[in-house]
Amino acid sequence: MIYSDIAITAFSLSIMIDLFLFKNSLLTRLAFWLSYAIIFPFQLITNWWLTHPRSDGKAIVMYDPETIIGIRIASAPIEDLLFGFALVLTVMGMWEFWGRRGFQRNKKLQ
Amino acid sequence: MLVFTVFGSFWLEIFLKTSVLRRWKRALVSILPVSIFFLAWDAYAIAQGHWFFNRDRMLGIYGPFEIPLEEFLFFIIVPMAAILTIEGVTTVKPHLREKEFGKDKEQ
Repeated sequence: MIYSDIAITAFSLSIMIDLFLFKNSLLTRLAFWLSYAIIFPFQLITNWWLTHPRSDGKAIVMYDPETIIGIRIASAPIEDLLFGFALVLTVMGMWEFWGRRGFQRNKKLQ
Repeated sequence: MLVFTVFGSFWLEIFLKTSVLRRWKRALVSILPVSIFFLAWDAYAIAQGHWFFNRDRMLGIYGPFEIPLEEFLFFIIVPMAAILTIEGVTTVKPHLREKEFGKDKEQ
């Protein structure tokens, strides 16, 4: 599997886990989409920072062109956005999951 | 960049009192199971040469499977920022939290 395959798999898996495994799916909640709207520009800045060529002609992270689709957004492969979305969605999903289970649910700890 | 992410999100803890860092155990069990998979992916991608790092611009500290220290930090700090963001949003807009625990109220 190349980067594109894994990124698409991770993206799809994160969506399925959110929709079918977790209750009160984040993808149906405004709280998630507002949060992602805030995160998205920072995600683009971070991606750009890591992937744009520096004075030595090299970026901090470089990709084998054979393993990506080749579409780049803010200089980073489009796969990076799928990867970031999957990471953010799944971690937030886990956070909500533990909250629902009552584990450190409230801000004030006993 | 990691420092930028810390400054960009961790102020929410102080000014919005999101209490995410205080609930670090919940954050830990939310982040670790997810990050393990992403680090495994990272290890595989590094081994396969899907991506590689400019070693002149790295700290030069490497963990198991040639994964740089920066990557380990990335998979802790970025998920923390994500949790802080959604907690920040639901702190400012508490009514968005209602659906979160909707089903539990029946108990």
